[in-house]
Amino acid sequence: MNKRKASNQNLLFGICMVAFSSTMALLSVFWTPYDPLEINPDISLAKPSWSHLLGTDVLGRDVLSNLLAGSRTTLITAFLVVIITMSLGVTTGIGAALSPRWFNRTAIYSIDIVLALPAVLFAIVLAAIRGPSTFTAVIAISIATSAAVAQVTRREVAVVLNSDFVLAAKACNSNKLKIVQQHILPNIRASLFIQASGAAAIAILAESTLSYLGLGTTPPAPSWGRMLASSQQYLLIDPVVALWPGLAIIITVLGFNLLGDGLREALDPTLRKSRS
Amino acid sequence: MMLEMHTQLRQSRKNNSLQNLVLYIVRRITLFVGSLVTASALVFLLLRILPGDLAQAKLGIDASPEALTQTRTEFGLDDPLILQFLKWLGHALQGDLGVSMLTGANITQEIANKATVTLPLIGLASALALIFAIPLGMYSALNFRRRRGITISAVSQLGIAIPTFWVGVILVTIFSVKFQIFPSGGFPDAGWSSWSSCLESLVLPATTLALGQGAMLMRFARSATIDVIQQDYFRTARATGLTRSQALRIHGVRNSLVPVVSVLGMQIATLIVGAIIVEHVFALPGIGQMLLQDVSIRDYTKVQGTVATTTAAVFLVSFLIDAILGLLNPKSRVNQ
Repeated sequence: MNKRKASNQNLLFGICMVAFSSTMALLSVFWTPYDPLEINPDISLAKPSWSHLLGTDVLGRDVLSNLLAGSRTTLITAFLVVIITMSLGVTTGIGAALSPRWFNRTAIYSIDIVLALPAVLFAIVLAAIRGPSTFTAVIAISIATSAAVAQVTRREVAVVLNSDFVLAAKACNSNKLKIVQQHILPNIRASLFIQASGAAAIAILAESTLSYLGLGTTPPAPSWGRMLASSQQYLLIDPVVALWPGLAIIITVLGFNLLGDGLREALDPTLRKSRS
Repeated sequence: MMLEMHTQLRQSRKNNSLQNLVLYIVRRITLFVGSLVTASALVFLLLRILPGDLAQAKLGIDASPEALTQTRTEFGLDDPLILQFLKWLGHALQGDLGVSMLTGANITQEIANKATVTLPLIGLASALALIFAIPLGMYSALNFRRRRGITISAVSQLGIAIPTFWVGVILVTIFSVKFQIFPSGGFPDAGWSSWSSCLESLVLPATTLALGQGAMLMRFARSATIDVIQQDYFRTARATGLTRSQALRIHGVRNSLVPVVSVLGMQIATLIVGAIIVEHVFALPGIGQMLLQDVSIRDYTKVQGTVATTTAAVFLVSFLIDAILGLLNPKSRVNQ
């Protein structure tokens, strides 16, 4: 009973936090208090007030508007990464598990190698070549996370393939595509949701890091990582401005992490017994 | 008769496990070498194919055709790509990463210089992370149904979600701007000859780096310990009259350390990337800071050398940790 409560809490908090960020992003499509890019040197570094709820930054841009617009960049990145990661990772994982032994082995080794490569390092190299952009960041992050997804998926598919119901399906002369559709996908669905949620969290952290280093989203597009980078320069005068983008990143990443944990406990019946 | 069979069986089992160990080590070495070559080929190709003419990049757009030809011959840019790669790899394996095409500096030398900042930073951060993460993780596991255990676990969840650079910025605000205890960044020019001021300037960066790593380690230590607590041998130990923490000390620590150590091996990649970020936040003249600068001035030969070296370091550490684990824990040698 205790466990169920804890899991529900994870899920609940996760959903609330993700919903909060999504609402911010959706809202920013239709409305922000000011134009996030509007520069107004007269009110540089203004303290929070009724006209500027979270104050302004050094160029006099409204912090709240930038925060809202930044959430859009962040969530779009996360969304793209999740889509690329899941399609690439799951296809590779299922493909490797279903193919002949030698290919399976090669796939395992290749996945291991990609997994060992430091992803952000390669994002930096990619940025060096192609010039920094959100797109470069998305590609670099996706390649790294999809290797992890492929690894987990391959393992899970291998377990399902060993089960009696797959044997039965084979005996009934089902083809591979049908087996994947009817037996494998439903059985690994829970794990896929969990991994998608984890990939989103990683993507958001990585994107904000790259943008902070000046290798991700390029100005003038608003981004949480860039907001932090610029606020760092006048930390001595106004440390509060650095607070908001950081909090926004934490809430969103924590939200996706909790969502993953909550889903894991809600969807995986074997975990309900023992773990808190 | 029975005894003979028994000895035989034991002998064959022993041979078998030795064979397993050798196989395991061979497999790990193949993977290590394979990934090293793949990764360096990847970096090489990425940097060579896409950016266009390196000679042009070095000499500028006004360079005369003769000068371009001369530079190309000098750096062997006319050779087929595969030959260029093999040459570069051959030199790299001997510790010679060549010279920067832009500045002419010896790349190996530069990396070695910068490593005197980056390696202590990473070492200090790992030590800090281990010292705090493992006891806290075990404590929260022992109390995993109680409020204090849950609180610690929630804090670690938060620690994972916080971006490293933000922690750095916050620590600077508190300890450098407000209380002025530690420097907000930079590193003594004199290097380690003035070691106390060096250490002082590494305190905040190492703490920043350790927080994220520690939070991750703590979660693994916690779940590994919870696993141990639910084992039969742990219950037996408790039944003999040991308290929970005694039983954990005697039976649990070693068992729960196995997954933690393997996670540490995987984390070395995140540690190095974290070091790049932390060096940027605190303006430390380390490898990461150098890499970012080289990227911005497009010094490709140097970027290539730096990335190859860091990747090799990552592979080497995870290889060593895997080998140690294989020796310690027979289970991990079994092919998945």
